[in-house]
Amino acid sequence: MSTVETESKRVKSVLELTVNNHPGVMSHVCGLFSRRAYNVEGILCMPIGEGARSRIWLLVNEDERLDNMVKQLHKLEDVVDLRRHAASHQVFSRLEEFFQV
Amino acid sequence: MQHSGAEIIIRLLERQGITQIAGIPGGANLPLYDALKSGLIKHILARHEQGAGFIAQGMARATGKTAVCFGTSGPGATNLLTAIADARLDSIPVVAITGQVPLPLIGTDAFQEIDTYGLTLPITKHNYLVRSTRELLDVIPNAFRIASSGRPGPVVVDIPKDVQSGKIDVESWPEPGEPALSKTPDDRQVEQMVQMIGEAKRPLLYIGGGIVCAGAAELLRRIAEKSSIPVTSTLMGLGAMPTNHPLFLGMLGMHAARYTNMALDECDLLIAAGVRFDDRATGKVAQFCSHAKIIHVDIDASELGKIKMPFVGVQGDVREVLTRTLETMPVRDRGEWYARLCELKTKFPLLMPGSEDPKSPYGCVLHTASAAEPDAIVTTDVGQHQMWVAQSFPFSYPRQLLTSGGLGTMGFGLPAAIGAALACPDRQVICFSGDGSLMMNIQELATAVEEQVNIKVVLMNNSHLGLVRQQQELFYGARFSASKFHHEPDFAAIARGFGLDAYDLGTASDPAGTLRHALSRPGPCLINVPIPAEDKVFPMVPPGAANKDMIGGEVNVNS
Repeated sequence: MSTVETESKRVKSVLELTVNNHPGVMSHVCGLFSRRAYNVEGILCMPIGEGARSRIWLLVNEDERLDNMVKQLHKLEDVVDLRRHAASHQVFSRLEEFFQV
Repeated sequence: MQHSGAEIIIRLLERQGITQIAGIPGGANLPLYDALKSGLIKHILARHEQGAGFIAQGMARATGKTAVCFGTSGPGATNLLTAIADARLDSIPVVAITGQVPLPLIGTDAFQEIDTYGLTLPITKHNYLVRSTRELLDVIPNAFRIASSGRPGPVVVDIPKDVQSGKIDVESWPEPGEPALSKTPDDRQVEQMVQMIGEAKRPLLYIGGGIVCAGAAELLRRIAEKSSIPVTSTLMGLGAMPTNHPLFLGMLGMHAARYTNMALDECDLLIAAGVRFDDRATGKVAQFCSHAKIIHVDIDASELGKIKMPFVGVQGDVREVLTRTLETMPVRDRGEWYARLCELKTKFPLLMPGSEDPKSPYGCVLHTASAAEPDAIVTTDVGQHQMWVAQSFPFSYPRQLLTSGGLGTMGFGLPAAIGAALACPDRQVICFSGDGSLMMNIQELATAVEEQVNIKVVLMNNSHLGLVRQQQELFYGARFSASKFHHEPDFAAIARGFGLDAYDLGTASDPAGTLRHALSRPGPCLINVPIPAEDKVFPMVPPGAANKDMIGGEVNVNS
């Protein structure tokens, strides 16, 4: 079983964000969660294409605030696109070998 | 042609139509001030950056147009924070431009260096740290576009000193930033909304700052009249519906009249337009309008369902939604509902004890209102006086009341009044304040005199943090802790020291006449009005309680 499924009984979601690539974007995205005391379980970020854009993957717990969080993310000036995936998305589970204790 | 970053900023601000900027210069924005000197923009030198921020807010709130303030790096920026956060919570379009230490010094704990970007991240709609002079050509117009688009808000642009002084060739100027078009409301939802209004027996409109912001006050009145729907307003929406309109029920929530909160409890359809279900308006959310279906119209999708899940949630410009609603909405008379509201109004009215006496809270507000010019703008600070004004001042126009609603910032009133007076030089501006609040930005009296703005500061002085005292009395066993000012400064003398004319109703032989005289003379003045510390704002919903559980303000009860 993957860590995503075993680590917690809580249902998780994977969010895929396409953002403008500049030093402040991560703070904007993570700040939205942290100031609501909404834990982000996993973060991945890499530039895409020519490097003007980045992709951010977030692994978050599903709770009743998630719909609103997604709306808040859409409002961020630097978020170009946002998709929601189920926790079964492989982006985090395939990285497991890098996160062994 | 070569231009410095500072020249570019000033030119782009001029192209945005900015004619006045409040601010304070310092080390890291010297190039900006140098360029300002040779431009067309008038500068208002505030005495504290927070004052500058609220002067800009006063301009923006009075006109609806984006206003600008300047501050330097470090303490200049931290002093601006409160005014920026305040603009965020009340959705006010402000662009704050701060100086920053030169790029090579960022991150070195340089003199007056602070992470303005990091500090302003959670209190702005968007923020920038500009990294090159050329970027300014995009950032400045974008800042204005963002501040004014959709749900407005503050934008911070942090500009390192070397970015201001660096020179680049500019072939052509970018177009000024304009508000982006908002999402077109869903036709099906508007149809559903119209149908629900038609079917409702006891509908009620709950409106707020969004109506003012959208310029939809006139539309609102026509909708209310066409389908006989009573209207209640949040603090931020006061003035959108004339106070004396038969369908207007006044402000709802924590300090509403009893009949208003009772009507909300009886409605079967709540049409929430340009509001965000703030806790001061709703009381205990689970019991707010518990018998009603809810329609929520807002330009900000993240407000729909944030606090209360609506039956229909329409995302869009409330003006556009109401325009379409008005076209197809059925005419209704709703005699029974109106009769019930009249009954509630008669049985559970808003009591305003002491309204004949200008030295009592309600009397002070009402005497001021009757002596003020009909189109006077009113600003308030925060506390008891703010709620007394909200309850009793007969507002008749949108943007007539400028008040710190969301953040509740003491110290807002005076600088906001200066900003409003600068933006609307033909109008009188009344600033209701308290002795606690006024002290928090009293230095701006100097700015008021320097600019000779037509503001009248009506100071309700009870030598207390009155609303704190009230809560301590009601909810903390009358254990008054740190809510009394044991030293009482002579505010009239202080005002005279700043160069204002000042009056004191405490020593005046004819208080009402003195008040009338003070309001009728030109230029800035201060009127000290001693009021009893024991006076309270009633009714009051205890924090966390349901709106129907109000304390005080009952007919035939001495409270």
